[in-house]
Amino acid sequence: MLSKGLKRKREEEEEKESLAVDALWLDPGHAAVAQAPPTAASSSLFDLSVIKLHHSLQQSEPDLRHLVLVVNTLRRIQASMAPAAALPPVPSPPAAPSMADNLLASSDAALSASMASLLEDLSHIEGLSQAPQPLADEGPPGRSIGGVAPSLGALDLLGPATGCLLDDGLEGLFEDIDTSMYDNELWAPASEGLKPGPEDGPGKEEAPELDEAELDYLMDVLVGTQALERPPGPGR
Amino acid sequence: MAGAGGGGCPAGGNDFQWCFSQVKGAIDEDVAEADIISTVEFNYSGDLLATGDKGGRVVIFQREQENKSRPHSRGEYNVYSTFQSHEPEFDYLKSLEIEEKINKIRWLPQQNAAHFLLSTNDKTIKLWKISERDKRAEGYNLKDEDGRLRDPFRITALRVPILKPMDLMVEASPRRIFANAHTYHINSISVNSDHETYLSADDLRINLWHLEITDRSFNIVDIKPANMEELTEVITAAEFHPHQCNVFVYSSSKGTIRLCDMRSSALCDRHSKFFEEPEDPSSRSFFSEIISSISDVKFSHSGRYMMSRDYLSVKVWDLNMESRPLETHQVHEYLRSKLCSLYENDCIFDKFECCWNGSDSAIMTGSYNNFFRMFDRDTRRDVTLEASRESSKPRASLKPRKVCTGGKRKKDEISVDSLDFNKKILHTAWHPADSVIAVAATNNLYIFQDKIN
Repeated sequence: MLSKGLKRKREEEEEKESLAVDALWLDPGHAAVAQAPPTAASSSLFDLSVIKLHHSLQQSEPDLRHLVLVVNTLRRIQASMAPAAALPPVPSPPAAPSMADNLLASSDAALSASMASLLEDLSHIEGLSQAPQPLADEGPPGRSIGGVAPSLGALDLLGPATGCLLDDGLEGLFEDIDTSMYDNELWAPASEGLKPGPEDGPGKEEAPELDEAELDYLMDVLVGTQALERPPGPGR
Repeated sequence: MAGAGGGGCPAGGNDFQWCFSQVKGAIDEDVAEADIISTVEFNYSGDLLATGDKGGRVVIFQREQENKSRPHSRGEYNVYSTFQSHEPEFDYLKSLEIEEKINKIRWLPQQNAAHFLLSTNDKTIKLWKISERDKRAEGYNLKDEDGRLRDPFRITALRVPILKPMDLMVEASPRRIFANAHTYHINSISVNSDHETYLSADDLRINLWHLEITDRSFNIVDIKPANMEELTEVITAAEFHPHQCNVFVYSSSKGTIRLCDMRSSALCDRHSKFFEEPEDPSSRSFFSEIISSISDVKFSHSGRYMMSRDYLSVKVWDLNMESRPLETHQVHEYLRSKLCSLYENDCIFDKFECCWNGSDSAIMTGSYNNFFRMFDRDTRRDVTLEASRESSKPRASLKPRKVCTGGKRKKDEISVDSLDFNKKILHTAWHPADSVIAVAATNNLYIFQDKIN
C-alpha cells in the first residue's frame, strides 16, 4: 500500500477538523443546514464520509445498511457543496474551495465507480451462491414469475447448477479490473514527486491541482476496492 | 393505568417503583467480546427469559415459583439451560466468515411440555427444542444397566422397565435448521400467529417459512434493485401482526414502515399501507436520513398500534393513520447537537430496540451510559433509569437519572459530555404480564421488578 504514513497523518488531521466541526454543531442555535454551512465544515464532513465509505468497502462483507446510509449522506453533502463550485475561489483559505471541488469531482466519479462495481460484484456473487428458489407449484404460491422484474427473476430462478450464469458471474467478477491504474506513474509514492503518467486515470486532469496526500488517499480508496473485487485465484 | 401490566400509574396515583432484582454475567472490567449480549426475549408466559450473545450461545433463565414464606421476593430467574446455538462458519464461495452472533431469538407458543425457540445469526435460523428429563427407565430386557446389549438367547424371563426419578436435566436439541435462504444479513425473525409459519428478513429480502420445512422458503418481499448502483434503502426490521396471520410490517433505513397483506399478492412488494412522518424542515441536517433510519418495529399486544424506534425517538403509530405517528417520545434529544461526533465514532449507526409492556400502556427503550427510558402513555410521564452495579443492592429502588444539557449542572445530574457512549443499552424486554423487565448492558443482564407487587 502506498504512503501509509501520510494517510495516517491525514486521518489525524481529519479528527482535528472533525472536532472543530463538532464545535460548530454543538452550538444549539445552529439550525443544521437551514443556512448553508461553511465550506470547511462540509468539506470536512465530506472527507470523513469518504473515509467511512472506504472503511466500509474494505470489510470482507460490508454492512449494507451502514454503506447505504454513508453513501446517501455523502450525496447530500456533495449536493450542498455543489453551489460552491460555481463561485470564484475565495482568497482565504487560499486554495481550499477549488481543491475540495476538484476532490469532489474526481472522488465522485471514483466513488461511484467503486461503489457501483462493488455492489455489482455483490450481486454477481449472489447469483453464484444463491440456492435455486423453488417455483411454487404446490401449496400457496410463493412468487409469480410474471410479476417480477426480468433481471430479478433470472437471478433467482437460475441456480449455481446452471452453467451460463456461472460463466457470466465469473466474467462479471473480472471485467471491472482496470490494470491501467497500476501502470500509471502518477500514482508513485509521494516522495518521488508527481510525474505525468502515460495512462489516464480518473484524476489525471486534476493532477496538478490535487495535493499529494489527497491523491494518495484517493488511490487508497480505489486500490482498496479493486483489491476487494479481485477474486480468489483459480487454485483456491 | 389499570390492569396487571407494569410500568405505569395505577388509579391510586402511585408510581411504580422499579427495584433491582438480579444481575447476571461477570463483573470483570475486561469484557470478552463473545459475552456481549445481543438479544433478550421473554417467552409467552414470561416464565422463561432467553439471551443470545456474540459468541453464539443461548442462555435461558427460568423463573422460580414464588416462595410463600417470602412473599415480598418475587420469583427469581435462574439458569435453566445453556447451549451453543451457532458456531462461526466459513462461506467458501465468497471467502467470508459468517459470525456466530445471535441476532434474534423468538419463542414459539408452548404446545406441550417442551419449549421451542427460533434463534438466528446473519445467515441461518435454527429451531431449538428445550425439554426436561426427570425420569429414566430402568430394567430393560435387551440391555444391561450400563447399556451393553444382552444376548437374547440368555434371557429367560421378561420384565417391564420401571421409570425412576433422576436429577432434572434440561436438554436443548436443534430440531430444524433453515439455511441458505439469505444472501444478506438477517436482522429479524417473527413467528406468525398461525403458529405454523414465520418470516425472516435481511437487508433486501423477506422470506416466509413453514416451521416443518427447511429446504424451501417463499420470498415475500424483495427490494433489491435490478441495478445495485441504484440501492438507496435497506430493510431494517420486520414483524408479523400478533393476530392477523396475513399481515406483517417492515421498516427501512429511510424511516418508512410498510404494512403488507399476504392475501393481496404472493410477492408483497406493493404495500397495503405506508407509514412515514414528513421531515421537519427546521431540523434538517446532513444526518437527517441516518437518524430517521428505523432500528426496530414492534406491534402492540393488542395489534392496534405499532412502535418504531429511530435514533433519537420512539414513535407510536395507529395502524389506521399513515400520515403521522400518534405519539413521539424523545429518547435523548440532547444528542441532536452531537450528531457530527456521533457520526464520526459510528454511534449514530447503533440500533436500539424497543418494547411494550403487557397492557400496552408503557414502552421502554435503551440509551447510552447504561441508561434506559420508560414512557407511560397514559400519564405522559417518562423516566430515565440506569443499569449499573452501583445501584445493585437487593430490592434497592432505582433512582431516576437526568442528563443536563444547559450550562449549570445540578447535583446528581450528568452532563452530556460525561456520558459513556460505550455503555449502550440496545436490548430490553418486558415481561408479557408482570412488572418485570430485563435490560442487557453489554455482558450483563439486569432484571428489575416493581416494588409494589
